[in-house]
Amino acid sequence: MLLKILNALITVGVGVGAAVILYWLLNKLAEVLPGQWEHRLKPYFYILPAYAALVFYLVYPAVQTIVFSFANAQSTAWVGLDNYTRLLESKGFQDTLFNTLLWMAVVPALTVVLGLAMAVLADRLNPTWENTSKTIIFLPMAISFVGAGTVWGLIYNYRPEGREQIGLQNAIVTALGFDPVAWLQVSDFHLNSFFLMIMLLWAQTGFSMVLLSAAVKGVPEDTLEAARIDGANERAIFFRVVVPQIWGTVITVYVTTLIGVMKIFDIVYVMTNGGFNTNVIGNEFFNQLFSNFNNGAAAAIVVLLMLATVPIMVYQVRNFRREESMA
Amino acid sequence: MTQTQTTMAAATPTPKKRKRTSSREGQPQKAGWFARIVVFVLCFLWIVPIIGLFLTSFRPRDDANESGWWTLFWTPSAWRGMSFDNYVTAIDQGGLGQAFVNSLAITLPATFIPILVAAFAAYAFAFMEFPGRNFLFLAVVSLLVVPNYIAFVPILRIYGDLQIAGTFPAVWLAHIGFGMSLAIYILRNYMATLPRSVIESAKIDGASHFQTFFRLVLPMSLPALAAFAIFQFLWVWNDLLVALIFVGPGDNAPITVALRNNLMGQAGSGQHLITAGGFLSMVLPIVVFLLMQRFFVRGLTAGAVKG
Repeated sequence: MLLKILNALITVGVGVGAAVILYWLLNKLAEVLPGQWEHRLKPYFYILPAYAALVFYLVYPAVQTIVFSFANAQSTAWVGLDNYTRLLESKGFQDTLFNTLLWMAVVPALTVVLGLAMAVLADRLNPTWENTSKTIIFLPMAISFVGAGTVWGLIYNYRPEGREQIGLQNAIVTALGFDPVAWLQVSDFHLNSFFLMIMLLWAQTGFSMVLLSAAVKGVPEDTLEAARIDGANERAIFFRVVVPQIWGTVITVYVTTLIGVMKIFDIVYVMTNGGFNTNVIGNEFFNQLFSNFNNGAAAAIVVLLMLATVPIMVYQVRNFRREESMA
Repeated sequence: MTQTQTTMAAATPTPKKRKRTSSREGQPQKAGWFARIVVFVLCFLWIVPIIGLFLTSFRPRDDANESGWWTLFWTPSAWRGMSFDNYVTAIDQGGLGQAFVNSLAITLPATFIPILVAAFAAYAFAFMEFPGRNFLFLAVVSLLVVPNYIAFVPILRIYGDLQIAGTFPAVWLAHIGFGMSLAIYILRNYMATLPRSVIESAKIDGASHFQTFFRLVLPMSLPALAAFAIFQFLWVWNDLLVALIFVGPGDNAPITVALRNNLMGQAGSGQHLITAGGFLSMVLPIVVFLLMQRFFVRGLTAGAVKG
């Protein structure tokens, strides 16, 4: 045990040390080059190691994954579009897609709304209460989804009728005189998916609140004053003065959460493993890879996921360029 | 020397935060009952699940699995049975002690090693002119969005060939690769706000890029470095998927995997052990988070709220 910690610390030391030496060498290498070449090449030397990591861990695998998506389960023979057609034609995968879309439709929007509500309302409390309440909302961000699974397991826990309930939600329901419900198994109206979404909301609202709170505090006071002098009520001020000025942040929070939701895996894997029609793309990918040992299908799922992120990517890049040109 | 230091301190960008507290008192509607009640209810809903977990983790097995934790509030005698026994069992028999150490062995290198690498790239993007700079940085911006799922199958094959699947470096190297675009992005954006005049004057004084980076830019970027480090720490510590794929269960499994496989996945383990394990898995990130919250928030707002 102690040895492992010691090893970890040594690894950190060696790793950071090696990085320093690497850059020192790259820098020296640039300096021995004749005149102009030093200035021309030095920037590339500085970004080279970072780019090596990006290329090895993201760019190259992306290309390879696209290739694998046209090959069979063991990636030994080409199968054309079979992986895609088989996935898209299967009822199970259609449900999985629908569930993922449901998550995408519900969670980012609610995260923004809850975070904004919390940001605006906490802003009106005195500083002590503002900080305390924000810390409480923010806290779940530090907790893993597996940890969240242990937390919410105690909320959604189900015991058959007649036994004492140890899940909070069923305790409330039975106290009100109803029968206990196995919440995560109720797929009518995707109720169980919504219960899983609540877990993500619980974890993500703090992030949204912090960003939006900073944005709300950054709204110039004089614009609010001007609206007040014009006789606008609080609601009008909020929707017509505050919201337009923080719209950029609203979009940022929405997009960031959306990307996270598209990749959601842990919550579903830990709580239901996709059972009772709660499957999502991330979990299906994992099952194709490690339960079905089907590289081709897994790769095809990732390619579909990647295609879905392309619009977001384009938006991000355009947005970044616009901001840079304004700066 | 003192001169440059004062200019530096004065010129170091501090996030603009308008304090508007003074104008608050004049507006009684600001802290109305509505706001207080809504905030209180939300906080209550947010914290109750954690309290439930915390209390359950100390309860004896039969109590924890046969009655709700809230019954503690009207059965004072039940408090007497509370102990650390569940934690001892989870650490020893559940293997979470070992897993906790494994998590450290994965998280520490994954957090600290990429910082310098990303900082050098960020420096080049912020302070050096070179053909292709914009294109290369836009590539980083677009890679921010790419789901790391795309890497798993090919990397797993490479790891298989190199026979390093299941080892610590297999995971932390992967986390370095996946975290790199965010690191470059955060650091470059922060460095771009540093006053150019300071860097220019260092150049006039004859400092090389290498010296400027280590003596000037790196120390000045400390808030951004800290922000990224906290991000990466939380992300790696809390990760389940990357660990499942590149380490899997076993002697090297981090705490998320061990918690899932050894406790949650076993029908017999019971709520008393699951909650103890759950709390064990979150105690370090919560402490780090509470201690470093200010840096974290500043990093979040600096990275995302622009203009």
